[in-house]
Amino acid sequence: MSIVTVQLGQCGNQIGFEVFDALFIDSHCPQRLSSKRENEAYQASCKERFFSEEENGVPIARAVLVDMEPKVINQTLSKAAQSGRWKYGQHSSFCQKQGSGNNWAYGYSVHGPRHEESIRNLIQKEVEKCDSLSGFFIIMSMAGGTGSGLGAFVTQNLQDQYSNSLKMNQIIWPYGTGEVIVQNYNSILTLSHLYRSSDALLVHENDAVHKICAKLMNIKQISFSDINQVLAHQLGSVFQPTYSAEGSFHYRRNPLGIDWQIRPPLPGLPSLSKMSLNKELHFNTSIANLLILRGKDVHSADLEGFKDPALYTSWLEPVNAFNVWRTQRAFSKYEKSAALVSNSQFLVKPLDMIVGKAWNMFASKAYVHQYTKFGIEEEDFLDSFALLEQVVASYCTL
Amino acid sequence: MVTVRRSALAQPCDGKLFPEPGEVLSYGSDLRQRRDLRSPRPLGELRSCARGIQRRRGFLSALSGQRCSMTQSVIVQVGQCGNQIGCCFWDLALREHAAVNQAVLIDMEEGVVNEILQGPLRDVFDSKQLITDISGSGNNWAVGHKVFGSRYQEEILEKLRKSAEHCDCLQCFFVIHSMGGGTGSGLGTYLLKVLEDEFPEVYRFVTSVYPSGEDDVITSPYNSILAMKELNEHADCVLPIDNQSLFDIISKIDLVVNSGKLGTTIKPKSLVTSSAGTFKKWQEKPFDAMNNIVANLLLSLTSSARFEGSLNMDLNEISMNLVPFPQLHYLVSSLTPLYTLADVNVPPRRLDQMFSDAFSKDHQLIRADPKHSLYLACALMVRGNVQISDLRRNIERLKPSLRFVSWNQEGWKTSLCSVPPVGHSHSLLALANNTCVKPTFVELRERFLRLYKKKAHLHHYLQIEGMEESCFTEAESSLSALIREYNQLDATKSRPVEDLPRLSVAV
Repeated sequence: MSIVTVQLGQCGNQIGFEVFDALFIDSHCPQRLSSKRENEAYQASCKERFFSEEENGVPIARAVLVDMEPKVINQTLSKAAQSGRWKYGQHSSFCQKQGSGNNWAYGYSVHGPRHEESIRNLIQKEVEKCDSLSGFFIIMSMAGGTGSGLGAFVTQNLQDQYSNSLKMNQIIWPYGTGEVIVQNYNSILTLSHLYRSSDALLVHENDAVHKICAKLMNIKQISFSDINQVLAHQLGSVFQPTYSAEGSFHYRRNPLGIDWQIRPPLPGLPSLSKMSLNKELHFNTSIANLLILRGKDVHSADLEGFKDPALYTSWLEPVNAFNVWRTQRAFSKYEKSAALVSNSQFLVKPLDMIVGKAWNMFASKAYVHQYTKFGIEEEDFLDSFALLEQVVASYCTL
Repeated sequence: MVTVRRSALAQPCDGKLFPEPGEVLSYGSDLRQRRDLRSPRPLGELRSCARGIQRRRGFLSALSGQRCSMTQSVIVQVGQCGNQIGCCFWDLALREHAAVNQAVLIDMEEGVVNEILQGPLRDVFDSKQLITDISGSGNNWAVGHKVFGSRYQEEILEKLRKSAEHCDCLQCFFVIHSMGGGTGSGLGTYLLKVLEDEFPEVYRFVTSVYPSGEDDVITSPYNSILAMKELNEHADCVLPIDNQSLFDIISKIDLVVNSGKLGTTIKPKSLVTSSAGTFKKWQEKPFDAMNNIVANLLLSLTSSARFEGSLNMDLNEISMNLVPFPQLHYLVSSLTPLYTLADVNVPPRRLDQMFSDAFSKDHQLIRADPKHSLYLACALMVRGNVQISDLRRNIERLKPSLRFVSWNQEGWKTSLCSVPPVGHSHSLLALANNTCVKPTFVELRERFLRLYKKKAHLHHYLQIEGMEESCFTEAESSLSALIREYNQLDATKSRPVEDLPRLSVAV
């Protein structure tokens, strides 16, 4: 089953390149611990998911590149072509000249409708190349204008057109100290709109990844390239093929087969009473955790810690909320690796902060004229605030 | 025409679409010679026929070698001051693009340059279609605005339309002028209205040279305040500049150049004040040096739109991020470094020094005190080999000493462009929307009132058709309203930052 990736804006396109590169390099990484057959099955599965084949054998990424100004797409296309490993389709990109000016309203209300058809056609072409479509992976940032505004519009479109396919948005959370002054407005508008049309929001915070580069990797002068590569690594280790539950040499067909839709119990149903053992440890309460293990000793790893009820909300049994996928074929050059995808309260604090800052700014009406100019009214802001306050509240009551 | 240029650029720089920053590709003849060919008249002569309007074609379209072309800007230079600055800008821009991509230069030699010399620029150099007036505007805003404005509106519009047609995608007009005289001030601001009506979607960036207190033009307060009203209403963004600051910068450089201290040899091309890459004795031609500073400002402003980088910033983003309320669109600019020492092997301390300098009054292009006033927003446009961690480290370091308005505590807009200016390994342009511009406006109003109370020289204005006393009183109230807005913001300076009560929702 294949995934179609949509890369939006400077951030989306820069990251998208790194992700495909990481996936490709991993799948062709010499493996000493796996059998040849195992490795070939892995490679074939990875290929089917992320690349289509061209006549002369160079894999083409299953991706659509969108940006409202040309520099980044041009760079991305040529970087891929020059690598000699894989490339983007010749006609898979769409760009304009003006950019979105960091304005969510411009990306959503002007660029969106104006280029709806062109972008839809590009995505459709990519979908038609797939034997069977698993879903969409949309890479975008929240802080700017194109990724955020146009990204929200495109996701909505995908929801209308491909309502049965999964839509997962990879969202880049901007630095707290600011890259764009109106980033908080753009963020709340993005999140509130995505909540209505996306199935899953996979979040990476620039601050967090930056810390990884600084503290864990000891990089002295951290560039966006470093940050994007760390990100790509994480995503690669999540999205690469994994064995299905039966443990046979059969890779999971649906790479995004995680049950993202977990709903809290309706009022009236008794919540499962349970004595949680270590409540004082103040874990972030989780709704669901997915652990992906790759490489050596995957079957002997001790995972009891993940099943501690203290990690989970009271109305869930750990057995329902915790999943583990084990794959013996290692990821890249790491003998052992583990990735954790978590739906928990972890993002409540950052979300709350963004909502708070946006609210403060909105109360003084600063910058609002830049949005009303393009059709996003104060009411739209208020709707977004209301929705996100609800999300924060829901997570807090876990 | 555009197609021919594009195919000639099909294989630029050894097949790379983007050369490495600072990379100079091998190229045959002398760069200098070529430049002389392109500018047939020395600056001095230009000055004398500069009382008019010159337009430069969107030079960006010529210099793009990419699949999708970039946006273009059109420079509108008005008046003596405006034209002098504009010419410096053009020279510097060519030099910058030449250094990055000499293949482009070949093309420019055969294609664009000739076309320019035979095209619109010929008009300029030929002065046949120049709009000139022997008497000039007599330092009278009303003459520039009302008389010349209406007389030449059609002709100006036609030339502007032609320029715009040549652009694939026109994003911005840069208007360069001074406030204190007649043509730049009057006609320059008249043009703003014309541009707004004719091209409503194109941004209007204005670089305005404000008169200093010791200005020798007696009526400069009248001209300035009348121009201010137009800037308030029709400009998207204004970068105020004063001659005294530029002068101070030159003096500072001169001190270093002539100090003869060991280890202070300056790299010739790196002077922010020189375009020709030589140490011109600034006392002989101070305005040349000063104009180059402003030209460098404009170059840096557009660098991220012209060159690639890991965090791009287009011109429309400047307005979006730095203008929280339509009226408050006056930005304080500072440029660093002013020069590069020749013995450079840049240790990180030097890089951090660049950031500190950007917030020092010595590097500002207008006299103001941002550190003791209130920041509404701040943009840092970095060029060269600087990464995101350097940027963040310095923001963290400098933040505590700066006061930001309560609703924008982390109000930073940042960009990273890979290509530094010629002769530098890195540079920084800081644009601040700060209440520190208020004193400039207050002074302006006071100087105006002193003159207006005595009705001095008023008849020169009132005798022009369309001018009444109400023009002056309206201009004064417009300025007063602006000052009031800044006052209101300043009043919040000492208030503690509180979080407002949030929306409460039912879960």
